[in-house]
Amino acid sequence: MNQNDQHIIFSKQEKEIWDILETVADPEIPVLSVIDLGIIRKVTLLPATDPGANSVEIFITPTYSGCPAMDAINFDIRLKLAEHGYKNIIVTSILSPAWTTDWMSEAGKEKLKVYGIAPPNPQQIVCDTRLFAESEAIECPLCNSYHTKLISRFGSTACKALYQCQDCKEPFDYFKCH
Amino acid sequence: MPAGNGSSSELKDPAVSLLLSRISYLIHLADTNLILAQRNAEWCGHGPVLEQDIAITNISLDLLGQARNFYQYAAAIINIKSDISADKTESEVRSISIPENKKATVTEDSLAYFRTEREFKNLLITELPKVDWAHTILRQFFCSVYQYLLYGQLQKNNDAQLAAIAGKSIKEIIYHVKWSSEWVIRLGDGTEESHKRMVRAIENLWPYTGEFFVPADYENKATTGFDLNSLKQSWLDKVITILEEATLGAALKKMDFIFMQSGGKTGIHTEHMGIILAELQYLQRTYPGAEW
Repeated sequence: MNQNDQHIIFSKQEKEIWDILETVADPEIPVLSVIDLGIIRKVTLLPATDPGANSVEIFITPTYSGCPAMDAINFDIRLKLAEHGYKNIIVTSILSPAWTTDWMSEAGKEKLKVYGIAPPNPQQIVCDTRLFAESEAIECPLCNSYHTKLISRFGSTACKALYQCQDCKEPFDYFKCH
Repeated sequence: MPAGNGSSSELKDPAVSLLLSRISYLIHLADTNLILAQRNAEWCGHGPVLEQDIAITNISLDLLGQARNFYQYAAAIINIKSDISADKTESEVRSISIPENKKATVTEDSLAYFRTEREFKNLLITELPKVDWAHTILRQFFCSVYQYLLYGQLQKNNDAQLAAIAGKSIKEIIYHVKWSSEWVIRLGDGTEESHKRMVRAIENLWPYTGEFFVPADYENKATTGFDLNSLKQSWLDKVITILEEATLGAALKKMDFIFMQSGGKTGIHTEHMGIILAELQYLQRTYPGAEW
């Protein structure tokens, strides 16, 4: 499931749930919603246990195995749905197929750039296993120069690498392909 | 639980025996990652430069996340198993020591915090002290190349959840292989001092790499779907290529025919294991169930 698939469906209630999920932000990159991130895989309405007690199961997939934001996201999803009157909320984590940055929405990538984080390049560009290779041309989110340099493969969170622009000299985070 | 595998021989039901082997195997995978994560995390705030301090602790976090996935899955199987069989096999599973007040179910936390040294099945190499950056880098390199090959097989496993965890993990491991390979070359082919330290790291760590490819009894029974020893040549090819590029080929050559240590997979550990567990488990042992 990705952003594109979402437009196929939906009862009014499912649409409402997706709209609620759009308001759940990534705690580490608050400009992105969980839908922008591409971690919501499926929404299933469950039979109400008693009248008025709406029940729903949300299937999410983690970005990185050890991402500490996942617990917070799980909690926030429950909270937001509870605020809208959902009583029985199940959040189920699924690992396969593994999350990829290709599932991130185009709107999300735009928001990242405005926020000062270079958005991920399409996945096929990253799969260069040569050592010391910097095959990806990463665009500086500030001055749009491609004359940028990898500082570290690992950045401030599991999902980011550290780059520096060689033109405007600004160091910046790159949301690395995965 | 006793260290060896003696107790499983008395089980008559092959299905139960298989299940116990699979649980042991998952715990072996989890323990290896947990202990390596703990060792790498010791660099937090002490890395040679800020970016690499962040890199090694990021790797630590990946390993911890992978360990959690394995523990959660193992715990789920243990809990289901305990429900369906009430006889001796339950006591075997239940012999994983859980404090009285947490007895209800086995969880990822009870597996990580409330087992003793002999119950841990991690590879010995992961529990060795971090020593210096050279030792840390070389160990990560040996382990990441191994995990890359191992998980490459496991992601084809019949067990869908094990395959999913492996498939998820391998995407992270690719970064670990790349990063550690580059550092092995940088240090080996770096200054006189960094080269000397890498040679020492090879001498100290090489004897712990043999254990990678010698399956424990439960590994054989867990029907992983591949021969562990068949990974050895691919592992050697990659390791030799990188070490030669790092001008460490001669140091590696001296390791031929050296005695290989083993025992971690069946709970026989080095003297370092008790100490790392004391630190890792201290809080939960002192204040069981503490949360923050």
